[in-house]
Amino acid sequence: MNVIETKNLTKRYNGVAVVNGISFSVARGEIFGLLGPNGAGKTTTILMLLGLTDISDGQARVLGHDPVREPLAVKRQVGYLPDQVGFYDNLTAAENLHYTARLMGFERTEREQRIKSSLGHVGLADVANKRVGTFSRGMRQRLGLAEILMKEAQIAILDEPTSGLDPQATAELLNIIRDLKNQGVSVLLSSHLLERVQSVCDRVALFSQGKIALIGTVPELGRQVLGGGFRVEVEAQGQGLEQRIAAIPGVQRVEPAGANRFLLLADHDVRPEAAAAVVAAGGRLLRLSVEEPSLEAIYTRYFQTHEGELHAA
Amino acid sequence: MRREGSALHGFGVVTLKEIADHFSSILVVVLVVLVTAIAIVVVNLGIDPIKQSTAEDPFLFLRLFTRSSPLPLVALLSFLVPLVAIGLGFDAVNGEHNRRTLSRILAQPIYRDALLFGKFAAGLFTLTVMLIVLWLLVIGLGLLGLGIPPNAEEMARALVLLVVTIAYAGFWFALALLCSILFRSAATAALVSLGLWLFVTILWQVFSPALANVMTSAGDFLGVLETQQAVARLSPAVLFNEVVAVVLDPSVRSTQQSMLASLGLALIERGAIPDAPIPLLQSVLIVWPQIVGLVAGSILLFVIAYVVFQRQEVRA
Repeated sequence: MNVIETKNLTKRYNGVAVVNGISFSVARGEIFGLLGPNGAGKTTTILMLLGLTDISDGQARVLGHDPVREPLAVKRQVGYLPDQVGFYDNLTAAENLHYTARLMGFERTEREQRIKSSLGHVGLADVANKRVGTFSRGMRQRLGLAEILMKEAQIAILDEPTSGLDPQATAELLNIIRDLKNQGVSVLLSSHLLERVQSVCDRVALFSQGKIALIGTVPELGRQVLGGGFRVEVEAQGQGLEQRIAAIPGVQRVEPAGANRFLLLADHDVRPEAAAAVVAAGGRLLRLSVEEPSLEAIYTRYFQTHEGELHAA
Repeated sequence: MRREGSALHGFGVVTLKEIADHFSSILVVVLVVLVTAIAIVVVNLGIDPIKQSTAEDPFLFLRLFTRSSPLPLVALLSFLVPLVAIGLGFDAVNGEHNRRTLSRILAQPIYRDALLFGKFAAGLFTLTVMLIVLWLLVIGLGLLGLGIPPNAEEMARALVLLVVTIAYAGFWFALALLCSILFRSAATAALVSLGLWLFVTILWQVFSPALANVMTSAGDFLGVLETQQAVARLSPAVLFNEVVAVVLDPSVRSTQQSMLASLGLALIERGAIPDAPIPLLQSVLIVWPQIVGLVAGSILLFVIAYVVFQRQEVRA
């Protein structure tokens, strides 16, 4: 079942389309990534889904509701972590969440219970009564996630959740995002940091100039753009291994990479077949490793090859 | 095309939070202490001269507001109340933008209406509390200093003054709120509203005679005066001062009279008994257009602010 569905979603500012006819859907419990350079229309798409900006054309359905007509129903069930989220610096972390919880309409005892558990979940229980003014960037982002947990949102929409964070804070944040998924929350996140996002996203959509250029799982995109993208490295001793390995279905190319080492370019992970081939040939398998297609490589390649047409368009 | 749910859902929550913010804001505390301190000093200085005329003046208590030295308390109010109102409102909306809290709060299940109404209600409430405290302080000081209680007529007139001052404060708060929506930088919003405040309270009273002279033919003395008054009334400070002059002085029977009196002229009306007090209702009727003008101005500013805010983009 899809929790978010858009059809030909379009946003125009003064006649210029910032988001131009995008269609995608997010399934329940899925982590979906909106990726692309700054200004590609990711944030505008998010704001349209939340009903915070008007939709010029097309349709959006969030949990079956129209964000334009029923924004309250949408916002009650969707948690939003804006880019560089802000809190009231003069209030404590708990007070900030109390304000949101009151806007949600929770009763006092329920509020306290929810806030306590959500702050504990993101590791901010110790600083619950500290002013947010003293918080680091990473702590603010985690407080933003605590707010989403506190709402018990069915969908979490995160805009650039990891930008400006140090590696450790990023890792912590991504762990919380994975936790959200394990609790059955669907996550829609936007980012221009590809490497980090690749590790959590089930599916991604690559944005380019207001359109979705590519959509799918990372391996799918790898096949589409890089024509494969799995690089399997085999180190083995034996006779005629190169021919045997090259005969494996799915292997596109074999490159010798030094003594007894071969680099395989394949459209899927061919490690089991490669191992079987080496053993069948009576060879000794020394090492077997795979390098999955990186989003970065897909992204760079895609924009290199399509630069011409994009500019023409 | 109807939207779901009440536009005011969350209004109370926003209002309470904003009131708490105002009362814990250092800026507001400083402004309130400043205005209160000045008012106490002015009233204390003014009590002695008023005491001299205890015997002959039936409206002694009202003189506390109008005849205190070195300058009347009401003149002080017309000058300082806008300052406090602007202090409360100049960063109401752009502050949320700059702290990046706006999109997060609007992503909660409330409409923008609730946020703006809540902010306006909270500002007005804070100003009302402040003015009531000030008003009670002046009355209390008057009781102690003059040693005689005010009569019912005086209390009623002082109450009208309180209500009109709240409306006047509301006008300036609505203006500051509008500026905080129009200008993304809090400093710009503050400077623009303070600029308008100086222009309207000080410069306009200098400009309006000049403008009136240009607009009317030479030699028409009364015509010039009338035009001058009409032009001056574009300023809310002038409206406020006219209301105060009539409401706090039962012997004043028209707004022209107080204006001419300030020019050193006496208006001689046929059949009018000079200095005979008129009832409160008559006084209020004389300045009813001014009162309505002040309230209408506040509503107009708030409506403009509301429309602009509804159409504004959330993103920074």
